Amino acid sequence: MINAVGREIPDEILKLTGKEPFQGNHYKEGVPFRRYAPIIRPVMNNEHSKLVKDIHEALVRCKAHNGMTVSFHHHFREGDLVVNMVMEEIHKMGLKNITLAATSLGKAHDPLVPMIEDGTITSIQASGVRGKIGEAISHGKLKNLAIMRSHGGRVRSLVTGETKVDIAFIGAPTADEYGNLRGVGGKNNCGVLSFSHVDGDCAEYVVAITDTLVPFPNFPAHISMTKVDYVCVVDAIGIAEKIATGAAKPTTDQRKLMMAEYCTQVVVNTPYFKDGFSYQTGVGGASIASTISLTKIMEERGIKMGFGVGGLTKPMCDLLDKGLVRVLLDTQAFDVDAVTNVLNPAHHRITAGAYANPFNKGAFVNKLDYVILASLEVDVHFNCNVVVGSDGIITGAQGGHPDTAQGAKCTIVICPLLQGRIPAICSEVTTVTTPGESVDIVVTDYGVAVNPNRPDLLEALEKADCVPLKTIEQLRDEAYAITGVPNPVEFGDRIVGIIEARDGTIMDVVREIKD
Amino acid sequence: MEILKPAVAGTLESSDCMVTVEPGAGQIDLDLTSSVIRQFGPQIRKVIAETLDRLEVTDARVTVVDKGALDCTIKARVEAAVFRSNGIKQNIPWGGAIK
Repeated sequence: MINAVGREIPDEILKLTGKEPFQGNHYKEGVPFRRYAPIIRPVMNNEHSKLVKDIHEALVRCKAHNGMTVSFHHHFREGDLVVNMVMEEIHKMGLKNITLAATSLGKAHDPLVPMIEDGTITSIQASGVRGKIGEAISHGKLKNLAIMRSHGGRVRSLVTGETKVDIAFIGAPTADEYGNLRGVGGKNNCGVLSFSHVDGDCAEYVVAITDTLVPFPNFPAHISMTKVDYVCVVDAIGIAEKIATGAAKPTTDQRKLMMAEYCTQVVVNTPYFKDGFSYQTGVGGASIASTISLTKIMEERGIKMGFGVGGLTKPMCDLLDKGLVRVLLDTQAFDVDAVTNVLNPAHHRITAGAYANPFNKGAFVNKLDYVILASLEVDVHFNCNVVVGSDGIITGAQGGHPDTAQGAKCTIVICPLLQGRIPAICSEVTTVTTPGESVDIVVTDYGVAVNPNRPDLLEALEKADCVPLKTIEQLRDEAYAITGVPNPVEFGDRIVGIIEARDGTIMDVVREIKD
Repeated sequence: MEILKPAVAGTLESSDCMVTVEPGAGQIDLDLTSSVIRQFGPQIRKVIAETLDRLEVTDARVTVVDKGALDCTIKARVEAAVFRSNGIKQNIPWGGAIK
């Protein structure tokens, strides 16, 4: 069946997953559902101890079994030690057919590949995967379908009960013996624990893993003791310098600076740029540079931001320190500055659900004026691909891309015309992760294209005469004139993964790569 | 042109390619690796073959490690390698064999 972004979703996949093809952004608007709730084992005895001596004991007490689903957060990013540590113990216990439901997986998790090959891990659900796991999935090594879903989509899958987590492992920079968890105060801090909040609400068992046990109560708790079954103390939960790297140096790449300047011009010349506007941006060089150049214009014109949200970085925290933004809402800290800035009283932690879950009564992304995003590829239908490389190998993550793109009033995607020889503006993206209906403006180093369904934005930019405006087809043609028309990547028949839309329908499928 | 001695041109930087030419075994033997082989493999082979043809190279072992170079870069690197293998540093035939 062809879905709303023109992708063929084979019937066998619809049957296997019980899912519908993507039918447009608002298909599930207002459709009621009952929230899933897990079984709770009450603790009343005041002598009950939640401390377990090691991960093995935690697994035994949580009745770890073949075919179970375990979950993790990725706040420790490339410095994470928790996923591998727990999976190694599961492997040692000889458990099989495990579903690994992580919020995201990266190169830090390369050591899991042998567990995929030997049938320990047979399903993976994540925002995306980088490194060797992505290669393994693309080469057909994972037994079942990999499911890639956005940060908001993941929360939806837990609260609807589509994903039932048996044991959630929450790496916590600090914990007390009763399970009050915080993202700060320890040896390996990540600032926030936003992604795990829903696991605390929906998993059958919740195990906190920490390397810094602190006196009770560890307060204010980011995740409450009322959700936590066991607490396990280990030597190290992460590698601090890889969890939060130093702030990225402002780029000196002229191409990125030019795109940043175009992006800033687009923001300040569209109607939402007024006092109290809201804004989210990413960690790419051009995104960071555009935040810096935007800051200057805000100062000049006396315009302040109402809120900034998202994965936060130093330039966003600088806005707060300068009094240029009323509040920051934090789901993920990308650098050391963001981790330490959470101590500012106007820097608030929010859950991934409040941030982006499409199935609650309104998430923060819905209140965004601008979001600045990057993309591996954008096609002439404005569809974006952020998960599968142009060579057909899974290599990225949806993150909050589809969530913020749908939510924001003005979604700007920054994408250089060429990534090496690969035309990033193309006729058809390799895999659709964010539908074109969510994307309003594409900024490249060769010009800016406005989605034809936003004539209002095009008019504003034409009037301002601030950036070279082109059609998306013109940009694609310019790219192809330089690189030549790329051959479509050859895939095998087997489908190894699905790209899930925010609402749980199928946006696209990922096929096995042909060698 | 004959390949008199092994010669190299280019780098392994992104958007470049490294071309090595060596005396051949009676024909052109091309060993190509490329970061964009899936999308541009045939096109890269074609550009290399055309460039060698224009330089009248018919007997060479050619090794190309491509990091996503554009056609113009690939041509230039092949030409440079071939001229270096002949020790030619002056009177390069711009506009002739080199286009």
